[in-house]
Amino acid sequence: MCGIVGLFLKNPELDNSLGHLLTPMLVEMTERGPDSAGFAVYGPQPPQARLKYTLSGADGACDWPSLAADLEQLLETEVEYFVRANHAVFILPAQEAQVREFIAARYPDLHITAIGSQLEIYKDTGLPAGVAARFGLDGMIGSHAIGHTRMATESGISGKHSHPFCSGRDFSLVHNGSLSNHNGVRDKLRHEGVTFDSDNDTEVAARYIAHRLGRGRSLNDALQDALMELDGFYTFAIGSADGFAVLRDSIAAKPAVLAETGDWVAMASEYRALAALPGIEQARIWEPKPATVYSWSHERMARAA
Amino acid sequence: MRTIDLDTSSVRELNAGLHGAGAAPEEWQVLHPHGKHALAVGLEAAHKVSIDGHAGYYCGGMNKEADITVKGQCGKGLGENIMSGTIRVEGNAAEAVGASGHGGLIVIEGDASSRCGISMKGVDIVVKGSVGHMSGFMAQAGNLVVCGDADDDLGDSIYEARIYVRGKTGALGADCVEKEMTPEHVTALNQILKRAGMACGAAAFRRYGSARKLYNFDIDNAENY
Repeated sequence: MCGIVGLFLKNPELDNSLGHLLTPMLVEMTERGPDSAGFAVYGPQPPQARLKYTLSGADGACDWPSLAADLEQLLETEVEYFVRANHAVFILPAQEAQVREFIAARYPDLHITAIGSQLEIYKDTGLPAGVAARFGLDGMIGSHAIGHTRMATESGISGKHSHPFCSGRDFSLVHNGSLSNHNGVRDKLRHEGVTFDSDNDTEVAARYIAHRLGRGRSLNDALQDALMELDGFYTFAIGSADGFAVLRDSIAAKPAVLAETGDWVAMASEYRALAALPGIEQARIWEPKPATVYSWSHERMARAA
Repeated sequence: MRTIDLDTSSVRELNAGLHGAGAAPEEWQVLHPHGKHALAVGLEAAHKVSIDGHAGYYCGGMNKEADITVKGQCGKGLGENIMSGTIRVEGNAAEAVGASGHGGLIVIEGDASSRCGISMKGVDIVVKGSVGHMSGFMAQAGNLVVCGDADDDLGDSIYEARIYVRGKTGALGADCVEKEMTPEHVTALNQILKRAGMACGAAAFRRYGSARKLYNFDIDNAENY
């Protein structure tokens, strides 16, 4: 069992409260997932087309200042970073392959949890309230976020096995359920050159969808592909640079509830995670249908306005 | 009337209070439920319980005699294994309404989600709106009445429950077929609609049930089903 939550803000005046609104949602899902927790926050973009690289030192302490010095030497530019508990976010030029290669070779204990112009991912073992407090979720700002509380059923308990998974720039995914054909799909993806950080089934889903997106499929089409390819039980919440999506398998046995007001769209495994949101009394509340893609994006809202 | 505020009392206190209230009917009001699970479960007396807000999973489960109203939406497994009494939801209900319910009446004034009436064994369920996929799955006895539409796989693997739908149906589930609406069914349906407080009559409803190809049905044992 796991708990998942997502919050997509339509009203930019709420951006400063994103973390504050997401924290009680995540904590309310503790009983569904008390062993680990994590969240993906889509926050402010760095200047000069730089990217944010979120690094986790969960599996070993890291000397961040010396990493910064090494990266400055490698990339021949000044490097900024900030630290949140055992994670650090480095603001670096978009030389992704070079950075990945360098970190894998020189800092093999570090795990890159996210890369993107907006995305930051923080995840670790422990109760959701503790994880949220450690990383300071309450004060985080941004336009949308997804979160996960984990009760592991199919692979180990560690930061690397925790959700959300980032499998492409600004692409993140959380999952409640279990995939039955993840070994086969992982093998196929490996043959096509995709690399994996863990043996977790959800990582396979995240990498599969990102792989389809990389082939030029739209998010909607990539999720339709996932319905055909991924076998098992799932409710996914997905974040992208501009959007937020929810997908359930065709049996839809894993729970999900959606709520929408003029100010926000929210999803959770259970309604009680939404109960503290402002305006919930007037929200439209419904259960998403099986095998149906629900998605929202700021761009689409701007076009419609 | 007794009032319990779930901002200051626990769900356990609520249920213990309801269980200890004795057999004489009392009125109870539950404030600030915030989608909490297992509200007003296992009641065994004809209390009248009003839940003023949204309820979580398994609300009113195993109910006997009591009359429970949820003034909001409801999570999954509403009235699971209900034996008798009435549960009414003024909003929508999530999946598995009345799962394996043996008797009594459940009324959903909004929509119900998937697997409404799964494995029902005698309960009557009336949904003013529509129901989701796989409703009436393995339903054994009782009546599932849908005033709106029913999504795909209605009545999959159904036994001897009766399903009435006023609106459209998606693809019917395995072994579920449309059946003739006889005067006897019209009378029975009208009675259920009246008990549920629905304004519509039986006229526009169609009836669905088992083709009896999937299980060993023997007409001589019909009264035992």
